[in-house]
Amino acid sequence: MEKNKYQNLVKKYTPKENVLGNGVTAFIIGGFMGMLGEFLIQFYSYVFSIPTKEASTIMTVTLIFAGCLLTCLGFFDKWVTSAKCGLIVPITGFAHAMQSAALEYKKEGFVTGIGANMFKLAGSVIIYGVCSAYFFGLCRLIVMGG
Amino acid sequence: MNYVHAFLFAGFVCFLGQLILDNTKLTPGHVTTIFVVLGTLLDVFNVYDKFVLWAGGGALVPITSFGHMLIHGAMQGAGTYGFMGLCVGMFNLTSAGIMSAIVISFFLSLIFKPRD
Repeated sequence: MEKNKYQNLVKKYTPKENVLGNGVTAFIIGGFMGMLGEFLIQFYSYVFSIPTKEASTIMTVTLIFAGCLLTCLGFFDKWVTSAKCGLIVPITGFAHAMQSAALEYKKEGFVTGIGANMFKLAGSVIIYGVCSAYFFGLCRLIVMGG
Repeated sequence: MNYVHAFLFAGFVCFLGQLILDNTKLTPGHVTTIFVVLGTLLDVFNVYDKFVLWAGGGALVPITSFGHMLIHGAMQGAGTYGFMGLCVGMFNLTSAGIMSAIVISFFLSLIFKPRD
């Protein structure tokens, strides 16, 4: 078959993604995640009577724990397929990436499996975050003096 | 009012991520990496601090806050130790998140079995 014809056929049968619908879903789910974060901060700072800065740390840990546990129970992957970026961009996506890599490579052993592969997906976030923070921080230190 | 701001900001960030994911061939891994770099870039001139003041938890939940906290800790360290402080303080604020992610996912992966 000619290349052009084949390309046209592929284009014809590729399911069209509902871009606007996906965006609205991500907006709503992500918005609710943000509201949940705000609620947890208010809740912790009220219950333990601590400043909001410490409460936000506990909020991050809570969300990471929830993301890991839901990944282990198998809910998270189903939810991501319908909620799209609404669950990937919040910190739960980071937890999900680590947890799913750790679970997937468990059968290869503790050191060469879990130990070597835990950061397989989440490592890029840490590496590029640290490198860009170091670079921008250095620029700011030299240009603006801190 | 705080909750409305949190909803709008976190929703907007996720909406941007979804737009990138749908209109390009990038994977979710690319999207989260882009957002972390964006977070550090925004905090060079303390822009992200204003978002945190405005949206509260809504600005701390998306992955951009991870980059913001990295450079924030680095600049705090640089304030006390000079150039070496960039390395000393880099993980000061994010260590709780990274630590808990490592420890929790390790122990949960001991307990649970992978599903397919």
